[in-house]
Amino acid sequence: MATAAIWPTLDYRRVPYRLYHDPELYQQEQDHIFRGGTWSFLALDVEIPHPGDFRATYVGETPIIINRDEAGAVHAFVNRCAHRGALVRRELSGNAKSHTCIYHQWCYGPDGKLAAIPFRRGIGGKGGMEPGFDMSAHGLRRLKLSAVNGAWFGTFAEDSETLEEYLGPAVLTQLHRFFDKKMKVLGYNRQRIRGNWKIYAENTRDNYHASLLHEFLVTFGLDRSTQVGGVKMDARHRHSFTWAEAGSDSEEAARRAYGEAHIRNDYLSLQEPALVKFYPEHGDRLNIAISTVFPASVFVQISNSMAVRQVRPRGLDEVEIFQTMLGYEDDTAEMTLHRLRQANLVGPAGLVSMEDGEAIEIAHRASRPDRDGMTVIELGGGGEISDRDYRVHDVPLRGFWSYYAELMGIEPDGAVR
Amino acid sequence: MIADRLALYDLYAAYGALIDAGDWNAWLDLFAAVCRYQIIPRENADLGLPAGLVFCDSRAVLEDRIMALREANKYNIHWDRHMIGLPRVLEDAGVEVSVEASFAVFQSDQEGGSRLFATGLYRDRIIGEGEGLKFRDKTVLLDTFAVPSLLATPL
Repeated sequence: MATAAIWPTLDYRRVPYRLYHDPELYQQEQDHIFRGGTWSFLALDVEIPHPGDFRATYVGETPIIINRDEAGAVHAFVNRCAHRGALVRRELSGNAKSHTCIYHQWCYGPDGKLAAIPFRRGIGGKGGMEPGFDMSAHGLRRLKLSAVNGAWFGTFAEDSETLEEYLGPAVLTQLHRFFDKKMKVLGYNRQRIRGNWKIYAENTRDNYHASLLHEFLVTFGLDRSTQVGGVKMDARHRHSFTWAEAGSDSEEAARRAYGEAHIRNDYLSLQEPALVKFYPEHGDRLNIAISTVFPASVFVQISNSMAVRQVRPRGLDEVEIFQTMLGYEDDTAEMTLHRLRQANLVGPAGLVSMEDGEAIEIAHRASRPDRDGMTVIELGGGGEISDRDYRVHDVPLRGFWSYYAELMGIEPDGAVR
Repeated sequence: MIADRLALYDLYAAYGALIDAGDWNAWLDLFAAVCRYQIIPRENADLGLPAGLVFCDSRAVLEDRIMALREANKYNIHWDRHMIGLPRVLEDAGVEVSVEASFAVFQSDQEGGSRLFATGLYRDRIIGEGEGLKFRDKTVLLDTFAVPSLLATPL
């Protein structure tokens, strides 16, 4: 059982390994974080364009259906039969007027309400449900929904903040930029990493690792810590927006900085430069724009590749990264081909992302046997959690842990927020 | 013709063996001068979506990927072991043959643990070029599209 005493400092510059490896905490996370007042990305409006369209997804480990009813309204609810707890909808996507569990054919409407029970009155006056059985009390648990430019989010808490309040201005501005036109899904990819989901959540907030672990970024000149960039957060520091501007550093400055750090700086060139060619799209020069939304949604633009990632815990020791690769509906055929080529950069086989799978697994594996050991989070200094206009830092990780501690009821008195 | 069929079998035998031996240069030599190599999650293929895990629409992109693997990428230290089923000729148009073959790739780590890493179907177009048969177009339709850990070495 973890308590506030678990933290050796009040600024989260040390994180005990046990927080990644405690089965009891894992169960509490499902209740207090994923099924609490947080908002999670569920699906894009363009993935369920027609009445009856549905997609199966997850919030934490909880299976969810999001679908569109005959009138065009979107609903989301837990994909688990009120009768015996079985999955109601087994397919990942499709079109249907209702959802029927195969086990005993209990049938639910697109609003998640229980619509029909076979043999409810029995047969020949015998059997069936008791007359007082209340159908309306046995629907599927509904989520509250809200969308930003066609990106649907859901929360389990009726009394949660609005989505806009939850995101805060910095991330909301970025999601408006990311989803500034109608989207087009180019495909999906999935990666199952043998590590706790929070190590991945930290990774997506960690600007320090990017050009060190992912050597491709520097070797082929796509992203360097010498570029103009930084991080912005919401007031509670639970989300982060990491950015960098293309072409904002000189070759010479980059060679010097990486050379002085004894890091390889002998840049190579590609036969197909389109892999790293960047076409500005939103009236700015951002070639790295990554918004992380607590707890488990990430919106990623790297050069002209765009994706939404859902971080799906699969037990204490495994996480699935489910990634939706995107373009804009009005992309030219050339731009679509460019995005498909740059999809080589990201995902489980990504030239600038495959390393994350390995880094998370070795961190998870080696930290497990020593639960009182500590990770060090001090790049950019300790103390105040605040926005930075430079890139060699890992400050948003402390923001993540600060909000985690609050939601889990283990925030120490006087801790930074 | 029996002789051609044996050449086809040799091509698939070499394909798996060269990846497993880490001889990526020789593996690249199995592809035609103008070629395409892609790994498509079955999930996307079934939905008619184009995005791949690996999308090398030219020989240049394929060679870039192999160079990145050598020079820049870090990944789990492992050995691959390809099990490739008998190639099934779908269409023999003379200058070009369409072939399907099932595959399974097991990965073993440096402490000796092995696991099924990937299974799926090769959908290939093969041409005669130079001295032998070459892959003009290789699509790896990946059944194991929830990729275990990460995908670095070619399937």
